[in-house]
Amino acid sequence: MNRVRVLVGTRKGAFVLASDGKRERWDVSGPHFGGWEIYHVKGSPADPNRLYASQSSSWFGQVIQRSNDGGKTWEPTGNRFVYDGVPGTHQWYDGTPHPWEFARVWHLEPSPTDPDTVYAGVEDAALFRSIDGGQTWQELPGLRRHGSASSWQPGAGGMCLHTILLDPSHPGRIFIAISAAGVFRTDDAGTTWRPINRGLRSEQIPDPTAEVGHCVHRIAMHRSRPGVLFMQKHWDVMRSDDAGESWREVSGNLPTDFGFPIDVHAHEPDTIYVVPIKSDSEHYLPEGKLRVYRSRTGGHEWEALTKGLPQRDCYVNVLRDAMAVDSLDPCGVYFGTTGGQVYVSADAGDSWAPIVRDLPSVVSVEVQTLP
Amino acid sequence: MIRVVLPAHLRTLARVDGEVKLDVEGQATQRAILDALETRYPMLRGTIRDHVTQQRRAFVRVFACGQDLSHDSPDAPLPAAVAMGAEPFLVVGAMAGG
Repeated sequence: MNRVRVLVGTRKGAFVLASDGKRERWDVSGPHFGGWEIYHVKGSPADPNRLYASQSSSWFGQVIQRSNDGGKTWEPTGNRFVYDGVPGTHQWYDGTPHPWEFARVWHLEPSPTDPDTVYAGVEDAALFRSIDGGQTWQELPGLRRHGSASSWQPGAGGMCLHTILLDPSHPGRIFIAISAAGVFRTDDAGTTWRPINRGLRSEQIPDPTAEVGHCVHRIAMHRSRPGVLFMQKHWDVMRSDDAGESWREVSGNLPTDFGFPIDVHAHEPDTIYVVPIKSDSEHYLPEGKLRVYRSRTGGHEWEALTKGLPQRDCYVNVLRDAMAVDSLDPCGVYFGTTGGQVYVSADAGDSWAPIVRDLPSVVSVEVQTLP
Repeated sequence: MIRVVLPAHLRTLARVDGEVKLDVEGQATQRAILDALETRYPMLRGTIRDHVTQQRRAFVRVFACGQDLSHDSPDAPLPAAVAMGAEPFLVVGAMAGG
């Protein structure tokens, strides 16, 4: 029987949750790296025992950890993230130029084919790559040298590159998203980039349809159909059917279209999940109800999924990297909350149960489907 | 022999228990101690001072002999008691909540 391994990053350490394919009984290990912020933990699709973790603290900065045995043991690898050349400036909150400064790694995206190749999205926004298992990191500087970069501004959480999608059918095509600059695409493995934000509308910026400046919270794709992208923007849930060349809104009947994560069902490319949040200044659930919304039509028409989730007095948030799906059948869906709960649905969202209820605030959730 | 006391999180990262004892060539300075420390424990690079600028991280302090040496020059000689190993060189996480 297949197994699943859920990799949870929290404000105070990492946790590994393991179960068989029924996804009913769970072994919990952790905290790993207790006391440190774990922004992301992710496994290599090419070698599921190879895991990478981003560990950081305000005191001691950035550490990258690597495991070769599925999270039982870890070793620190390289943590030297140095921008290529003269870093230059972006806009600060007050509109003044501000030098690029490395703060932390938000997201690690291992290569689908090589366990030693992994991409890192960092704050201040840039994309790095390691081809030696995390020992050394090189920036792909074409992104930060895009002509618009000096105008990029941080969102409330910092100017982070938080999403990296490697297109499985177009070698060299990578999508990344930055808060608050927007989505960018390269078709030449990171040498050149261009913004792909046409169709986005953000009333919080002077030109609501500007080429860059949008606070994109998350983008997602289905591996079988990488030209179709889904986006949770600051406000608005969006969809692109042309690899990001244009976007259209699919918020439909959502109670609010503000939120952070978005993900796609493992076997149904038009089934997507979001967690609506009340507003940009009220980062908690509307009406005190924890509701995942599912669309089986690729947007527009949404249904609330509530079975097993608290429906009163619940005011947590679900952060952008804190939702994942496994590839079992039926598809499992997972998410973690700022209140320290990690929920699983073993039936594609129809019903939910907590795996753990009392972890530190959850920052990220990934899942591996194992033989 | 110079004695270095690391904060708990860096002891865990470097996998050491208790004090670290270092042989430091030449004059005992903050820079010389940290260079020797990072050579023996490469995983500590970047956690006490910046990789490139070598500036102390904002929430890290260094104490010795009851004094805060954080704002001294990294090349200033350390007290003789530290150089002789009578007193430890302390790397401390600043009081900063969290």
